[in-house]
Amino acid sequence: MARYLAKRAVISLLTLWLVSTITFFLMFMVPGGPFLAEKTPSAATLEALNKKYGLDQPVPVQYKNYMLNLLKGEMGESIKQRGRTVQDIISSGFKVSAKLGGIAILVAVSIGIPLGCIAALNRGKWLDNLIILIATTGIAIPSFVVSTVLMIIFSVKLDLLPTYGLSSWKHYILPVISLSFYPTAYISRLMRSSMLEVLGQDYMRTARAKGLSQSKSLFKHALRNAVLPVVTYLGPLLAYTLTGSFIVERIFTIPGLGNEFISSIINRDYTMIMGTTIFLAFLIITMNLLVDIAYTIIDPRIKLK
Amino acid sequence: MKKRIALLLAMVMIAMIILPACGNKAGNDGNKGGNKAEGITLPVNVGPNPDTIDPALNSAVDGATMIIHAFEGLYTLDKNGVPIPGQAESVDISEDKRVYTFHLRDGLKWSDGKEVTAEDFVYAWNRAISPETAADYEYMFDVIEGYDEGKLNVVAKDAKTLVVTLKNAVPYFLELTAFPTFSPVRKDIIEANGDAWATKPETYIGNGPYKITEWVPNSHIIMSKNENYWNYKALGPDHIKFVLMDDDVAILNAFQKGEILFADTMPNDEIDAWRDKPEFNLEGQLGTYYVSFNTQRAPFDNPKVRKALTLAVDREFIVREIGKSGQEPAGAFVPTGLSDADPTKEFREVGGDYYDPYDYEGNLEEAKKLLAEAGYPDGKGFPTVEYLYNEGTGHQAIAEALQDMWAKLGINVTIASQEWGTFLNTRKNGDYYIARNGWLCDYNDPISMLDMWITGGGNNDAQWSNAQYDALIAEAKKTDDPVKRFELMHKAEDLLFEESVLCPIYYYVDLFLLNQKVQGFYSSPLGYKYFMYTSIAD
Repeated sequence: MARYLAKRAVISLLTLWLVSTITFFLMFMVPGGPFLAEKTPSAATLEALNKKYGLDQPVPVQYKNYMLNLLKGEMGESIKQRGRTVQDIISSGFKVSAKLGGIAILVAVSIGIPLGCIAALNRGKWLDNLIILIATTGIAIPSFVVSTVLMIIFSVKLDLLPTYGLSSWKHYILPVISLSFYPTAYISRLMRSSMLEVLGQDYMRTARAKGLSQSKSLFKHALRNAVLPVVTYLGPLLAYTLTGSFIVERIFTIPGLGNEFISSIINRDYTMIMGTTIFLAFLIITMNLLVDIAYTIIDPRIKLK
Repeated sequence: MKKRIALLLAMVMIAMIILPACGNKAGNDGNKGGNKAEGITLPVNVGPNPDTIDPALNSAVDGATMIIHAFEGLYTLDKNGVPIPGQAESVDISEDKRVYTFHLRDGLKWSDGKEVTAEDFVYAWNRAISPETAADYEYMFDVIEGYDEGKLNVVAKDAKTLVVTLKNAVPYFLELTAFPTFSPVRKDIIEANGDAWATKPETYIGNGPYKITEWVPNSHIIMSKNENYWNYKALGPDHIKFVLMDDDVAILNAFQKGEILFADTMPNDEIDAWRDKPEFNLEGQLGTYYVSFNTQRAPFDNPKVRKALTLAVDREFIVREIGKSGQEPAGAFVPTGLSDADPTKEFREVGGDYYDPYDYEGNLEEAKKLLAEAGYPDGKGFPTVEYLYNEGTGHQAIAEALQDMWAKLGINVTIASQEWGTFLNTRKNGDYYIARNGWLCDYNDPISMLDMWITGGGNNDAQWSNAQYDALIAEAKKTDDPVKRFELMHKAEDLLFEESVLCPIYYYVDLFLLNQKVQGFYSSPLGYKYFMYTSIAD
């Protein structure tokens, strides 16, 4: 296990380095720059700005400087949000997004898994059809539609819930529903199909034949095997959801991180593009590692080597 | 063993979810500040999170609105847009109108209690033009002597007297001193904190009517009355909460629900439903939506071709069916709302239109003739050209309308959109045939619309170059005689249209929603919103 983890750590670092290097050079290949606007600043101002942020240097030199700073743990200042450091923006945004996303995932898992099981156990019956209908709808409707419709119904028409901010538990309801809508649907579909597969296995028949009750055979044998695909899905889902959603955060005016991923690219805010990319890559790598470890616990046949 | 690892893993996962959420009181405070703060709060939306609210660095309209609440220049604008004394109590202007001697009010203080001195203005203005500051609007100081040498001729004669020497008479100078970029800033604070001074309430020390008491980026900024402000007694709400919303639909929802009492934008397709409601407001804005021709690229190197395309546009249709919010079809480039040498007359009134923007049929006939003269009768032989715009439903609808209108000349135009940053780059580099464009005045003077067309100008996207035009602008900037100055500017605009450098579409309007409970609100022609003297009825 320890050797495995050490190996994974090395591979992870290598992946991070590759991701940041590729992003760095791709970023500079995109036309435009951080200082272009409808009103172009004067040539002298542009020159001064480029100098200030080291953008007057050749790209390989900039790359070297960036990587050296990164090794020291410094991601620099945002070019667009002047006076704020990349670390500061990411950490304050992540705190908000992670809390909201964490709740959304808990909701998605605790609704999605039971729904999938119920559907599988009632295969072909009306309950199954109903759950499939809900799940398909959930996957088909994009989050901006869900958020907007929820807001119009519950905030404007019924006047029950607020439209912006996160200052009380009431403020969480609509964003959490919007965020968990898709993963709930996806998890219930995943769960349903893998449950169906497991239920048809020989060992399930054996369990029932040796006299185990249905609930015991379900919880002890079926669920544990059937949940593996959901765990696989949870890794990247955690990484993406904890870092926030551009759309949901924009609609509910939530000061999370999701917005920064998109706006940094639109603004050509190079330091922010690098910071957010590296951070997301790090999270995905970590979550996938956790998922791999989780496998060995859920299914003893899987060994990490 | 397995169980222990499982337990550990579960704990790690839960910790990853819960831990970041702890200790972020400020982070997710949402709109608690509004409820918590004592007194009356006015919640408004003027835009999303501002990139910067450093008076020197800001060049955005929403940022300017926040800055005019936290800072005040020598002069400020009243509800008619007329400059009135702000930090200055009075001004003496020399006979040649080049030397302004400002006398500051007694007892002026910063929000932290320190005294405001003339020296603060000297520092702020020189800081704004310093290359190290790299301010977008540094060129606005080019009317002051010493600008070209990098050291402005602005002298603090004593703590309360500021003497400014201009290169030549500038009729709009007092108005400039009301512009956010001309606000004083604190040397000690900026030197101690760098750019970060303008990101935190503790260091964002101003001399204006309000001061920031809470700022959660991407969520809200709360400003509270500044007890050190000289006109404190006249101020309105105890707090102004700038909710940093970005989504048009969400903004409208919050406005309908009364969670914000002012909204600076609304979804385009909702305009028809709101037009007749008392909350709906339209005000003229000093700017023009137009189309750039690349004058260096055939066939648009021929002025007749440019003119033909300019004439063949049904501006009334665009304004009515696409713009929808009362924009004014444009018959020239300098918009309505700017005054002329005789301040009772508008520049546009004196200059007139270069074609009748309401006579589409007549213009179309003329356009066909011109195109034939240019060697393309009925569009025969005219190459297929591309119209470039940036993503956005409004711009796309206009692109499609123009494509359709130009087809009536027999011209085949393809339309293409680009992502914003790429679009700006393409347009600036002149790598296009026809491109969407727009310009808002920086200050209330036509020169702000005209000096961009000089050879090599940073915003001369048409890549146009004309020695006569350059000379006219240079002379207009130099002359001390206001009548002659306006004559020169009219001549310059005439030349722009003789050459048909661009195709104006409409003059912008500023659209906003204001809750009927709010009294005493006003906005400036540049689009800045003044909430400091409002009151909220029950």
